[in-house]
Amino acid sequence: MTDDVLIKARDLSVHYPLSGGGLFGEKPVVKAVEGVNLDIAKGSFFGLVGESGSGKTTLGRACLKAAPITRGTVEYSDEDVTYELTTMDKAQEKDYRKRSQLIFQDPYAALSPRMTVRDIIAEPLEVMGLTSSREETDERVREIAAKCRLNLEHLRRFPHAFSGGQRQRISIARALVSRPHFVVADESVAALDVSIQADVLNLLKEIQQEMGLTFLFISHDLSVVAHVCDHVAVMYLGRLVETAPTRELFNAPRHPYTKALLSAIPSLDPDAPKTAQKLEGEIPSPTNPPPGCKFQTRCPFATDICRKDEPKLEHSSTGHEVACHHWQELM
Amino acid sequence: MTRLLDVENLTLQFDTDEGRITAVDDVSFTLEAGEVMGLVGESGSGKSVTAKSIMKLNPSNAVYSDQTKITLHLDDGPVEIMGLQTSKELQVVRGGAISMIFQEPMASFAPAITIGDQMVEQLMIHTDMNAKRSKEVSIEMLDRVGISDAGTRFKQYAFELSGGMRQRAMIAMALSTKPKLLIADEPTTALDVTIQAQVIDLMKDLVKDFGMGIVFITHDLGVIAQTADKVAVMYLGRLIEQGAVRDVIRNPSHPYTKGLIAALPSLDDLDTPLTPIPGDIPSPLERPAGCVFNTRCSVNMGEICHAKVPQFSAVTQGHNVACHLFNGEGAK
Repeated sequence: MTDDVLIKARDLSVHYPLSGGGLFGEKPVVKAVEGVNLDIAKGSFFGLVGESGSGKTTLGRACLKAAPITRGTVEYSDEDVTYELTTMDKAQEKDYRKRSQLIFQDPYAALSPRMTVRDIIAEPLEVMGLTSSREETDERVREIAAKCRLNLEHLRRFPHAFSGGQRQRISIARALVSRPHFVVADESVAALDVSIQADVLNLLKEIQQEMGLTFLFISHDLSVVAHVCDHVAVMYLGRLVETAPTRELFNAPRHPYTKALLSAIPSLDPDAPKTAQKLEGEIPSPTNPPPGCKFQTRCPFATDICRKDEPKLEHSSTGHEVACHHWQELM
Repeated sequence: MTRLLDVENLTLQFDTDEGRITAVDDVSFTLEAGEVMGLVGESGSGKSVTAKSIMKLNPSNAVYSDQTKITLHLDDGPVEIMGLQTSKELQVVRGGAISMIFQEPMASFAPAITIGDQMVEQLMIHTDMNAKRSKEVSIEMLDRVGISDAGTRFKQYAFELSGGMRQRAMIAMALSTKPKLLIADEPTTALDVTIQAQVIDLMKDLVKDFGMGIVFITHDLGVIAQTADKVAVMYLGRLIEQGAVRDVIRNPSHPYTKGLIAALPSLDDLDTPLTPIPGDIPSPLERPAGCVFNTRCSVNMGEICHAKVPQFSAVTQGHNVACHLFNGEGAK
């Protein structure tokens, strides 16, 4: 199976230093991501969910080498190359930028208002020197624009003329024009209306299958993740608490946090039984995380061991791992 | 049940550089005391503008039509809101009988004044409480919405509170004057799901305790299903379907409402692919003639949809839809 893994993170940690702290005391740090082990299989649509402040964006960026990796390793390997992100040299890093891409959340902020759609999509090609002539660039732009269902006549227009859904399709085209292998989509549909969101999700899925891409899809919306992803990892306060194939995770969640998260989604059925185990309180500040299991302050099942020892990810069934001291008793 | 609010023929246009654009077109609805009405729609549908009209909170380039009539029924007689002109007159509804909760609680509190001072200030303006009593009531309210250690929080600034806490403080502040009507504009959109669930529970409890009416604006049909008694769906400034929440969600009748529900990723059914509504919402500068939804409608019966604005007709008792499919001439 290891051959099929595109991104392999081991003990990955990202810490950001904070200003302040005593003269002799340790400088305080925010442990945005702490000790994460993650395998993203080639060609998968991998979902990463968690509440704000859980570190999902930082983890996604660390996989792109866009966040400083404090400890641990991230290995990227496709058919042609294998890079170790923490030790790669400049040339490798430059090459990695072609192989990995990021799609942003806000399609209004991500596109320069002074560039035409054609120039926006062509820019990565020109910067990376992937094409040799203007004709070739135009050809590549038209090809990807058609794939993203953009009207080719619109390529000469400026972004302000487009709606949110169209802009997001332009962002997607820009990210994919360099033919990357690995794409991180960070909350890429969160800013869109429901009726448009479905369209963009279907497009991402289609393109992923057509181009054989691997997606890391970061979202706070579990229902969206359930529909597009084939594997899901749940984060809480910088740690992975559960990872499983999508169906398995939604049918048989093991971690109390995942269970609470699922039951907090408002159901469309007004008479849905209120079996929800409501979580009290809020996610603690990452500058001052609780000892032991990070979820113990809000967990209804927390015991002494949870307050003392941090649980490790344990194997529960094929591809399903959970980090909880009590998951077996709670089944 | 006693009638709390009548909105009749609300039409609102904005004067802009690009011409006069219609934001709300002939919207009518009613609300009883103790009732929660969900106002659903996508961005640009006019739901916030409609709600703000109830307090006349829209910017000065807003032009209300002459037919617009909004009546708030208070204990000492009805108030015609369109007739209120000066800010002194408007105090009756702004923060007095009507309170509003906004989406972004950080932007709704003054950053340089403590939470407590802001709460006391509005109590002093809108009620006859003195400073000491106002403080007591404020701390009581903070405690009531589940803020622990309310006495300390009272002295803090908005930035010292977390998102969920701020939204609770906002609710406490909005409810401390005991309004008859609460307008909640996407109150849970900026919150995480687990916090959203807490805030929804809190609001349901408070409706029960205080017996006020709520206009709950959201784009999230799931939130509506869990909170509202009845629902009104808006599209491009027009109300296109309204009725009891069970009727509308179980038996959506307008093609737009149907499309909205089909586009929603549901956890109960992971196999059915998501069905987007084709196309984009037209710009308010290019409102389609006839039915406003005709550019994206999957049914579209041709000429009549482009020529004539559909009127409301009843699907079942209390469940109305504005679509030619259900109108006399177009009905099958």
